[in-house]
Amino acid sequence: MQAFDYARPATTAEAVALLTRHGDQARILAGGTDFVVRLRHGIETPGVVVDIKGLTDLPADVTEGGGSVRIGATAVMADLCRHPVLRARFPALVEAMSVVGSIQIRNRATLAGNVCHASPAADTAPALLVHDARLVIAGTGGERRMPLSEFVLGPGRTALGTAEIVTAAELPVPARPLGTAFARMTRRRGVDLATISVCCSVDADGVTRLGCGAAAPVPFLVTDISGILADVNAPGPARDVALDRLIAQARPISDVRASREYRLAMLRVLSRRALLAAAQRLAASQNGKARTGGADRGDRA
Amino acid sequence: MTTTRIELTVNGTAVTLTVGAHRPLLEVLRDELNLTGTKECCAVGECGACTVIVDGRPVNSCLMLAVEVSGRHVTTVEGLGCAGRMSRMQQAFLDRGAVQCGFCIPGMVVSATSLLEAEPHPSAEQVREGLSGNLCRCGGYNRIVAAVLAAAGEAPEETR
Repeated sequence: MQAFDYARPATTAEAVALLTRHGDQARILAGGTDFVVRLRHGIETPGVVVDIKGLTDLPADVTEGGGSVRIGATAVMADLCRHPVLRARFPALVEAMSVVGSIQIRNRATLAGNVCHASPAADTAPALLVHDARLVIAGTGGERRMPLSEFVLGPGRTALGTAEIVTAAELPVPARPLGTAFARMTRRRGVDLATISVCCSVDADGVTRLGCGAAAPVPFLVTDISGILADVNAPGPARDVALDRLIAQARPISDVRASREYRLAMLRVLSRRALLAAAQRLAASQNGKARTGGADRGDRA
Repeated sequence: MTTTRIELTVNGTAVTLTVGAHRPLLEVLRDELNLTGTKECCAVGECGACTVIVDGRPVNSCLMLAVEVSGRHVTTVEGLGCAGRMSRMQQAFLDRGAVQCGFCIPGMVVSATSLLEAEPHPSAEQVREGLSGNLCRCGGYNRIVAAVLAAAGEAPEETR
Protein backbone atom coordinates (compact mmCIF):
# COMPACT_ATOMS: atom_id res chain seq x y z
CA MET A 1 0.00 0.00 0.00
CA GLN A 2 1.32 3.43 -0.94
CA ALA A 3 2.25 5.66 2.01
CA PHE A 4 0.05 8.56 3.07
CA ASP A 5 -0.39 10.94 5.97
CA TYR A 6 -3.09 10.31 8.52
CA ALA A 7 -5.18 12.90 10.29
CA ARG A 8 -7.74 12.34 13.00
CA PRO A 9 -9.46 15.70 13.51
CA ALA A 10 -11.65 16.28 16.57
CA THR A 11 -14.26 18.54 14.99
CA THR A 12 -16.11 18.73 11.70
CA ALA A 13 -14.71 22.22 11.13
CA GLU A 14 -11.16 20.88 11.47
CA ALA A 15 -11.94 18.04 9.10
CA VAL A 16 -13.42 20.43 6.52
CA ALA A 17 -10.33 22.66 6.87
CA LEU A 18 -8.07 19.66 6.23
CA LEU A 19 -10.11 18.65 3.19
CA THR A 20 -10.01 22.24 1.91
CA ARG A 21 -6.24 22.47 2.35
CA HIS A 22 -5.44 19.15 0.68
CA GLY A 23 -8.12 19.19 -2.02
CA ASP A 24 -7.97 16.17 -4.33
CA GLN A 25 -5.12 14.71 -2.28
CA ALA A 26 -7.38 14.09 0.71
CA ARG A 27 -9.74 11.16 1.25
CA ILE A 28 -12.21 10.53 4.06
CA LEU A 29 -11.96 7.35 6.14
CA ALA A 30 -14.94 6.11 8.16
CA GLY A 31 -15.26 2.32 8.54
CA GLY A 32 -12.77 1.66 5.77
CA THR A 33 -14.30 -1.63 4.64
CA ASP A 34 -14.51 -0.41 1.04
CA PHE A 35 -11.90 2.33 1.18
CA VAL A 36 -9.01 0.23 2.53
CA VAL A 37 -9.62 -2.30 -0.26
CA ARG A 38 -9.30 0.55 -2.77
CA LEU A 39 -6.09 1.67 -1.04
CA ARG A 40 -4.69 -1.86 -1.26
CA HIS A 41 -5.53 -2.10 -4.95
CA GLY A 42 -3.98 1.28 -5.65
CA ILE A 43 -7.30 2.63 -6.96
CA GLU A 44 -6.99 5.37 -4.32
CA THR A 45 -3.57 6.97 -3.77
CA PRO A 46 -4.30 9.84 -1.37
CA GLY A 47 -1.68 12.13 0.15
CA VAL A 48 -3.65 12.36 3.36
CA VAL A 49 -6.38 10.22 4.88
CA VAL A 50 -8.81 12.09 7.11
CA ASP A 51 -10.29 9.71 9.70
CA ILE A 52 -13.67 11.07 10.81
CA LYS A 53 -14.14 8.57 13.66
CA GLY A 54 -12.60 11.03 16.10
CA LEU A 55 -15.09 13.81 15.35
CA THR A 56 -16.78 14.72 18.62
CA ASP A 57 -19.50 16.91 17.10
CA LEU A 58 -21.09 14.36 14.78
CA PRO A 59 -24.69 13.37 15.47
CA ALA A 60 -25.11 10.35 17.75
CA ASP A 61 -25.71 6.93 16.19
CA VAL A 62 -29.50 7.31 16.11
CA THR A 63 -31.60 10.28 17.18
CA GLU A 64 -35.29 10.89 16.59
CA GLY A 65 -36.94 14.28 16.47
CA GLY A 66 -38.75 16.76 14.28
CA GLY A 67 -40.47 14.02 12.31
CA SER A 68 -37.30 12.28 11.22
CA VAL A 69 -34.66 9.85 12.41
CA ARG A 70 -31.04 10.86 12.04
CA ILE A 71 -28.23 8.32 11.70
CA GLY A 72 -24.72 9.61 12.45
CA ALA A 73 -22.00 9.14 9.85
CA THR A 74 -19.78 6.96 12.01
CA ALA A 75 -22.49 4.62 13.31
CA VAL A 76 -21.60 1.06 12.34
CA MET A 77 -24.05 -1.38 10.76
CA ALA A 78 -23.88 -3.89 13.65
CA ASP A 79 -25.07 -1.26 16.13
CA LEU A 80 -27.66 0.17 13.75
CA CYS A 81 -29.12 -3.32 13.17
CA ARG A 82 -29.73 -3.67 16.91
CA HIS A 83 -31.15 -0.20 17.41
CA PRO A 84 -34.76 -0.33 18.66
CA VAL A 85 -35.81 2.89 16.88
CA LEU A 86 -34.58 1.63 13.51
CA ARG A 87 -36.04 -1.83 14.08
CA ALA A 88 -39.42 -0.29 14.85
CA ARG A 89 -39.45 2.43 12.19
CA PHE A 90 -37.40 1.04 9.30
CA PRO A 91 -37.38 -2.77 9.44
CA ALA A 92 -36.49 -3.16 5.75
CA LEU A 93 -33.43 -0.95 6.22
CA VAL A 94 -32.44 -3.14 9.17
CA GLU A 95 -32.89 -6.23 6.96
CA ALA A 96 -30.62 -4.67 4.36
CA MET A 97 -27.95 -3.66 6.87
CA SER A 98 -27.99 -7.08 8.51
CA VAL A 99 -26.77 -8.78 5.31
CA VAL A 100 -23.97 -6.33 4.47
CA GLY A 101 -20.67 -8.20 4.13
CA SER A 102 -20.11 -10.28 7.25
CA ILE A 103 -20.18 -9.84 11.01
CA GLN A 104 -16.61 -8.56 10.83
CA ILE A 105 -17.55 -6.06 8.12
CA ARG A 106 -20.70 -4.90 9.92
CA ASN A 107 -18.64 -4.19 13.03
CA ARG A 108 -16.77 -1.55 11.01
CA ALA A 109 -18.87 -0.49 8.03
CA THR A 110 -20.97 2.65 8.29
CA LEU A 111 -24.24 3.53 6.60
CA ALA A 112 -22.77 6.82 5.40
CA GLY A 113 -19.80 4.99 3.92
CA ASN A 114 -22.08 2.58 2.09
CA VAL A 115 -23.85 5.58 0.53
CA CYS A 116 -20.67 7.53 -0.28
CA HIS A 117 -18.98 4.52 -1.88
CA ALA A 118 -21.85 4.80 -4.39
CA SER A 119 -21.80 1.20 -5.52
CA PRO A 120 -24.71 0.31 -7.84
CA ALA A 121 -25.13 -2.69 -5.51
CA ALA A 122 -25.04 -0.74 -2.22
CA ASP A 123 -27.21 -2.84 0.08
CA THR A 124 -28.72 0.06 1.97
CA ALA A 125 -29.53 2.24 -1.05
CA PRO A 126 -32.87 0.64 -2.04
CA ALA A 127 -34.30 1.03 1.48
CA LEU A 128 -32.92 4.55 1.85
CA LEU A 129 -34.52 5.52 -1.47
CA VAL A 130 -37.87 4.04 -0.46
CA HIS A 131 -37.73 6.08 2.74
CA ASP A 132 -36.78 9.34 0.96
CA ALA A 133 -33.48 9.55 2.86
CA ARG A 134 -31.59 12.83 2.82
CA LEU A 135 -27.92 13.28 3.52
CA VAL A 136 -26.70 15.98 5.86
CA ILE A 137 -23.52 17.44 4.38
CA ALA A 138 -21.05 19.72 6.17
CA GLY A 139 -18.75 22.01 4.21
CA THR A 140 -17.10 25.40 4.32
CA GLY A 141 -20.44 27.11 3.77
CA GLY A 142 -22.09 25.31 6.67
CA GLU A 143 -24.58 22.50 6.37
CA ARG A 144 -26.76 21.43 3.44
CA ARG A 145 -29.18 18.60 2.82
CA MET A 146 -29.55 16.55 -0.31
CA PRO A 147 -31.87 13.66 -1.21
CA LEU A 148 -30.05 10.38 -1.79
CA SER A 149 -31.70 10.21 -5.22
CA GLU A 150 -29.71 13.31 -6.25
CA PHE A 151 -26.56 12.49 -4.31
CA VAL A 152 -25.48 9.36 -6.20
CA LEU A 153 -24.43 10.33 -9.73
CA GLY A 154 -22.94 7.11 -11.05
CA PRO A 155 -20.86 4.09 -10.01
CA GLY A 156 -18.47 5.46 -7.38
CA ARG A 157 -19.52 9.04 -8.10
CA THR A 158 -21.46 11.34 -5.77
CA ALA A 159 -22.37 15.01 -5.51
CA LEU A 160 -20.07 15.37 -2.47
CA GLY A 161 -17.66 18.26 -2.91
CA THR A 162 -13.93 17.86 -2.21
CA ALA A 163 -14.21 19.77 1.07
CA GLU A 164 -17.46 18.23 2.24
CA ILE A 165 -18.35 15.48 4.69
CA VAL A 166 -21.57 13.53 5.04
CA THR A 167 -22.32 13.90 8.75
CA ALA A 168 -25.62 12.02 8.88
CA ALA A 169 -28.47 10.43 6.98
CA GLU A 170 -32.00 11.58 7.77
CA LEU A 171 -35.08 9.46 7.22
CA PRO A 172 -38.54 11.00 7.57
CA VAL A 173 -40.71 8.95 9.92
CA PRO A 174 -43.51 7.55 7.75
CA ALA A 175 -46.62 9.62 8.35
CA ARG A 176 -49.00 6.79 7.39
CA PRO A 177 -48.92 3.06 8.09
CA LEU A 178 -46.34 1.49 5.81
CA GLY A 179 -45.35 -2.10 5.10
CA THR A 180 -41.75 -2.54 3.95
CA ALA A 181 -39.55 -5.48 3.01
CA PHE A 182 -36.09 -6.08 1.56
CA ALA A 183 -35.06 -8.92 -0.73
CA ARG A 184 -31.58 -9.65 -2.01
CA MET A 185 -29.95 -12.30 -4.16
CA THR A 186 -26.32 -13.26 -3.72
CA ARG A 187 -24.28 -16.17 -5.03
CA ARG A 188 -23.38 -17.29 -1.53
CA ARG A 189 -24.83 -16.48 1.86
CA GLY A 190 -22.03 -14.45 3.44
CA VAL A 191 -19.58 -11.83 2.18
CA ASP A 192 -20.91 -11.26 -1.32
CA LEU A 193 -22.21 -8.28 -3.21
CA ALA A 194 -25.84 -8.27 -4.28
CA THR A 195 -26.64 -9.73 -7.68
CA ILE A 196 -29.96 -7.90 -7.38
CA SER A 197 -31.58 -6.20 -4.40
CA VAL A 198 -35.03 -4.71 -3.93
CA CYS A 199 -36.75 -2.79 -1.17
CA CYS A 200 -40.52 -2.42 -1.40
CA SER A 201 -42.96 -0.28 0.53
CA VAL A 202 -46.74 -0.42 0.39
CA ASP A 203 -48.89 2.17 2.13
CA ALA A 204 -52.54 2.27 3.13
CA ASP A 205 -53.41 4.39 0.08
CA GLY A 206 -52.18 1.63 -2.22
CA VAL A 207 -49.00 3.41 -3.24
CA THR A 208 -46.18 0.95 -3.94
CA ARG A 209 -42.55 2.03 -4.10
CA LEU A 210 -39.66 -0.11 -5.26
CA GLY A 211 -36.02 0.73 -4.65
CA CYS A 212 -33.79 -1.36 -6.92
CA GLY A 213 -30.10 -2.11 -6.44
CA ALA A 214 -27.53 -3.64 -8.83
CA ALA A 215 -30.09 -3.12 -11.58
CA ALA A 216 -28.69 0.07 -13.15
CA PRO A 217 -25.59 2.30 -12.84
CA VAL A 218 -27.33 4.01 -9.92
CA PRO A 219 -29.85 2.50 -7.46
CA PHE A 220 -33.25 3.81 -8.51
CA LEU A 221 -36.75 4.31 -7.11
CA VAL A 222 -40.00 3.70 -8.96
CA THR A 223 -43.55 4.30 -7.75
CA ASP A 224 -46.90 2.77 -8.64
CA ILE A 225 -49.90 4.90 -7.69
CA SER A 226 -52.49 2.81 -9.55
CA GLY A 227 -52.98 0.62 -6.49
CA ILE A 228 -52.86 -2.60 -8.48
CA LEU A 229 -49.55 -3.79 -7.05
CA ALA A 230 -50.61 -3.08 -3.49
CA ASP A 231 -53.77 -5.10 -4.02
CA VAL A 232 -52.74 -8.71 -3.43
CA ASN A 233 -56.19 -9.85 -4.62
CA ALA A 234 -55.87 -8.19 -8.05
CA PRO A 235 -55.53 -10.60 -11.00
CA GLY A 236 -52.00 -11.99 -11.29
CA PRO A 237 -51.45 -11.21 -14.99
CA ALA A 238 -52.50 -7.57 -14.51
CA ARG A 239 -50.13 -7.25 -11.55
CA ASP A 240 -47.31 -8.78 -13.60
CA VAL A 241 -47.87 -6.27 -16.39
CA ALA A 242 -47.88 -3.40 -13.89
CA LEU A 243 -44.71 -4.66 -12.24
CA ASP A 244 -42.90 -5.10 -15.55
CA ARG A 245 -43.84 -1.56 -16.54
CA LEU A 246 -42.58 -0.29 -13.20
CA ILE A 247 -39.17 -1.93 -13.41
CA ALA A 248 -38.73 -1.29 -17.15
CA GLN A 249 -36.05 1.31 -16.48
CA ALA A 250 -33.68 -1.35 -15.13
CA ARG A 251 -30.42 -1.42 -17.11
CA PRO A 252 -28.33 -4.09 -15.40
CA ILE A 253 -24.89 -5.12 -16.57
CA SER A 254 -23.50 -8.59 -17.20
CA ASP A 255 -20.59 -9.36 -14.90
CA VAL A 256 -19.05 -12.14 -12.82
CA ARG A 257 -22.15 -12.33 -10.61
CA ALA A 258 -24.82 -12.68 -13.30
CA SER A 259 -25.77 -11.88 -16.85
CA ARG A 260 -27.94 -8.93 -17.72
CA GLU A 261 -30.78 -11.27 -18.65
CA TYR A 262 -30.61 -13.20 -15.38
CA ARG A 263 -30.57 -9.98 -13.38
CA LEU A 264 -33.67 -8.74 -15.19
CA ALA A 265 -35.45 -12.03 -14.52
CA MET A 266 -34.44 -12.02 -10.85
CA LEU A 267 -35.37 -8.38 -10.41
CA ARG A 268 -38.92 -9.42 -11.28
CA VAL A 269 -38.83 -12.37 -8.87
CA LEU A 270 -37.34 -10.41 -5.98
CA SER A 271 -39.73 -7.52 -6.59
CA ARG A 272 -42.67 -9.91 -6.30
CA ARG A 273 -41.32 -11.38 -3.08
CA ALA A 274 -40.61 -8.00 -1.52
CA LEU A 275 -44.00 -6.71 -2.64
CA LEU A 276 -45.81 -9.66 -1.11
CA ALA A 277 -43.90 -9.38 2.17
CA ALA A 278 -44.47 -5.61 2.34
CA ALA A 279 -48.21 -5.98 1.66
CA GLN A 280 -48.50 -8.72 4.27
CA ARG A 281 -46.70 -6.60 6.84
CA LEU A 282 -48.92 -3.63 6.12
CA ALA A 283 -51.98 -5.85 6.57
CA ALA A 284 -50.53 -7.34 9.75
CA SER A 285 -49.74 -3.92 11.22
CA GLN A 286 -53.26 -2.77 10.45
CA ASN A 287 -54.59 -5.86 12.19
CA GLY A 288 -52.38 -5.03 15.12
CA LYS A 289 -50.19 -8.05 14.57
CA ALA A 290 -46.45 -7.82 14.23
CA ARG A 291 -44.73 -9.96 11.64
CA THR A 292 -41.08 -10.75 11.62
CA GLY A 293 -38.77 -12.35 9.10
CA GLY A 294 -37.47 -11.03 5.82
CA ALA A 295 -38.61 -11.52 2.27
CA ASP A 296 -35.26 -13.08 1.46
CA ARG A 297 -35.92 -16.02 3.75
CA GLY A 298 -38.27 -18.85 3.20
CA ASP A 299 -40.62 -18.36 0.29
CA ARG A 300 -38.35 -19.41 -2.54
CA ALA A 301 -40.23 -19.10 -5.80
CA MET B 1 5.47 9.83 4.76
CA THR B 2 4.77 10.39 8.39
CA THR B 3 4.90 7.80 11.06
CA THR B 4 2.62 7.81 14.02
CA ARG B 5 3.21 6.64 17.56
CA ILE B 6 0.43 4.40 18.74
CA GLU B 7 -0.29 2.86 22.10
CA LEU B 8 -2.54 -0.13 22.30
CA THR B 9 -3.17 -3.25 24.32
CA VAL B 10 -2.48 -6.53 22.55
CA ASN B 11 -3.53 -9.74 24.31
CA GLY B 12 -3.50 -7.91 27.62
CA THR B 13 -0.08 -6.33 27.20
CA ALA B 14 0.44 -2.61 26.63
CA VAL B 15 2.37 -1.99 23.41
CA THR B 16 3.86 1.20 21.99
CA LEU B 17 4.79 1.29 18.32
CA THR B 18 5.77 3.79 15.66
CA VAL B 19 4.10 2.85 12.40
CA GLY B 20 3.46 4.26 8.95
CA ALA B 21 -0.15 5.37 8.64
CA HIS B 22 -0.65 3.19 5.59
CA ARG B 23 0.17 -0.06 7.35
CA PRO B 24 -2.74 -2.42 7.98
CA LEU B 25 -3.24 -3.76 11.49
CA LEU B 26 -2.76 -7.28 10.10
CA GLU B 27 0.72 -6.46 8.82
CA VAL B 28 1.77 -4.76 12.04
CA LEU B 29 0.54 -7.68 14.17
CA ARG B 30 2.48 -10.16 12.07
CA ASP B 31 5.63 -8.24 11.14
CA GLU B 32 6.17 -5.91 14.10
CA LEU B 33 4.72 -7.93 16.96
CA ASN B 34 5.52 -11.36 15.51
CA LEU B 35 1.96 -12.53 16.15
CA THR B 36 1.79 -14.75 13.08
CA GLY B 37 -1.26 -16.72 14.20
CA THR B 38 -3.40 -14.13 12.44
CA LYS B 39 -3.30 -15.05 8.75
CA GLU B 40 -3.26 -12.99 5.60
CA CYS B 41 -5.32 -14.64 2.90
CA CYS B 42 -7.62 -12.54 0.69
CA ALA B 43 -6.54 -9.23 2.26
CA VAL B 44 -9.79 -7.58 1.12
CA GLY B 45 -12.20 -8.54 3.90
CA GLU B 46 -13.81 -11.52 2.25
CA CYS B 47 -12.33 -14.59 3.94
CA GLY B 48 -11.99 -13.82 7.67
CA ALA B 49 -8.58 -15.49 8.07
CA CYS B 50 -7.26 -12.26 9.62
CA THR B 51 -10.08 -11.92 12.17
CA VAL B 52 -9.05 -10.36 15.48
CA ILE B 53 -11.12 -8.90 18.31
CA VAL B 54 -10.93 -5.12 18.79
CA ASP B 55 -12.68 -3.79 21.89
CA GLY B 56 -14.77 -6.93 22.11
CA ARG B 57 -15.79 -7.14 18.45
CA PRO B 58 -14.49 -9.39 15.69
CA VAL B 59 -13.11 -7.40 12.76
CA ASN B 60 -10.99 -8.01 9.68
CA SER B 61 -7.50 -6.83 10.59
CA CYS B 62 -6.66 -6.53 6.88
CA LEU B 63 -9.20 -3.70 6.56
CA MET B 64 -8.03 -1.67 9.54
CA LEU B 65 -5.06 0.63 9.64
CA ALA B 66 -2.83 0.11 12.65
CA VAL B 67 -3.23 3.81 13.50
CA GLU B 68 -6.96 3.21 13.93
CA VAL B 69 -6.43 0.90 16.91
CA SER B 70 -4.45 3.38 18.97
CA GLY B 71 -5.89 3.30 22.49
CA ARG B 72 -7.82 0.11 21.82
CA HIS B 73 -7.69 -3.48 23.04
CA VAL B 74 -6.76 -6.08 20.43
CA THR B 75 -7.04 -9.83 21.01
CA THR B 76 -5.46 -12.21 18.51
CA VAL B 77 -5.66 -16.00 18.44
CA GLU B 78 -2.50 -16.05 20.57
CA GLY B 79 -4.42 -14.26 23.31
CA LEU B 80 -7.20 -16.83 23.63
CA GLY B 81 -5.33 -19.52 25.53
CA CYS B 82 -2.16 -19.30 27.55
CA ALA B 83 1.20 -20.99 27.17
CA GLY B 84 0.76 -24.75 27.47
CA ARG B 85 -2.99 -24.52 27.88
CA MET B 86 -5.41 -24.00 25.02
CA SER B 87 -8.70 -22.20 25.39
CA ARG B 88 -11.87 -24.28 25.51
CA MET B 89 -12.58 -23.37 21.88
CA GLN B 90 -9.08 -24.28 20.72
CA GLN B 91 -9.30 -27.62 22.56
CA ALA B 92 -12.70 -28.31 21.00
CA PHE B 93 -11.30 -27.74 17.50
CA LEU B 94 -8.51 -30.20 18.28
CA ASP B 95 -10.83 -32.81 19.86
CA ARG B 96 -13.29 -32.67 16.97
CA GLY B 97 -10.68 -32.84 14.23
CA ALA B 98 -11.95 -29.52 12.92
CA VAL B 99 -8.63 -28.60 11.35
CA GLN B 100 -7.66 -29.67 7.86
CA CYS B 101 -5.03 -27.45 6.21
CA GLY B 102 -5.38 -25.07 9.14
CA PHE B 103 -5.03 -21.73 7.41
CA CYS B 104 -8.54 -20.48 8.19
CA ILE B 105 -8.53 -21.90 11.72
CA PRO B 106 -7.12 -18.95 13.72
CA GLY B 107 -9.82 -16.71 12.23
CA MET B 108 -12.45 -19.38 12.81
CA VAL B 109 -11.42 -19.81 16.44
CA VAL B 110 -11.44 -16.04 17.05
CA SER B 111 -14.87 -15.62 15.43
CA ALA B 112 -16.24 -18.65 17.27
CA THR B 113 -14.91 -17.38 20.60
CA SER B 114 -16.54 -14.04 19.96
CA LEU B 115 -19.79 -15.75 18.98
CA LEU B 116 -19.99 -17.68 22.26
CA GLU B 117 -19.39 -14.51 24.24
CA ALA B 118 -22.46 -12.98 22.62
CA GLU B 119 -24.48 -16.21 22.47
CA PRO B 120 -23.23 -18.85 24.95
CA HIS B 121 -25.63 -21.56 23.72
CA PRO B 122 -26.04 -21.14 19.98
CA SER B 123 -27.93 -23.44 17.66
CA ALA B 124 -26.08 -25.01 14.72
CA GLU B 125 -27.74 -22.41 12.50
CA GLN B 126 -26.50 -19.59 14.74
CA VAL B 127 -22.99 -21.03 14.59
CA ARG B 128 -23.15 -21.13 10.78
CA GLU B 129 -24.39 -17.55 10.73
CA GLY B 130 -21.76 -16.49 13.27
CA LEU B 131 -18.99 -18.01 11.15
CA SER B 132 -20.37 -16.86 7.79
CA GLY B 133 -17.60 -14.26 7.52
CA ASN B 134 -14.95 -16.99 7.70
CA LEU B 135 -14.23 -19.15 4.68
CA CYS B 136 -12.68 -22.63 4.81
CA ARG B 137 -11.37 -23.65 1.39
CA CYS B 138 -11.01 -27.23 2.58
CA GLY B 139 -14.76 -27.18 3.07
CA GLY B 140 -14.44 -28.50 6.60
CA TYR B 141 -17.44 -26.66 7.92
CA ASN B 142 -19.34 -29.52 9.54
CA ARG B 143 -16.55 -30.41 11.93
CA ILE B 144 -15.93 -26.75 12.67
CA VAL B 145 -19.59 -26.26 13.57
CA ALA B 146 -19.46 -29.43 15.68
CA ALA B 147 -16.39 -28.11 17.50
CA VAL B 148 -18.07 -24.80 18.30
CA LEU B 149 -21.19 -26.58 19.56
CA ALA B 150 -19.01 -28.86 21.67
CA ALA B 151 -17.20 -25.86 23.15
CA ALA B 152 -20.60 -24.44 24.01
CA GLY B 153 -21.59 -27.71 25.65
CA GLU B 154 -24.23 -28.37 23.01
CA ALA B 155 -24.99 -31.77 21.48
CA PRO B 156 -22.89 -32.30 18.33
CA GLU B 157 -25.67 -34.28 16.60
CA GLU B 158 -27.37 -30.96 15.88
CA THR B 159 -24.95 -30.56 12.99
CA ARG B 160 -25.68 -31.96 9.60
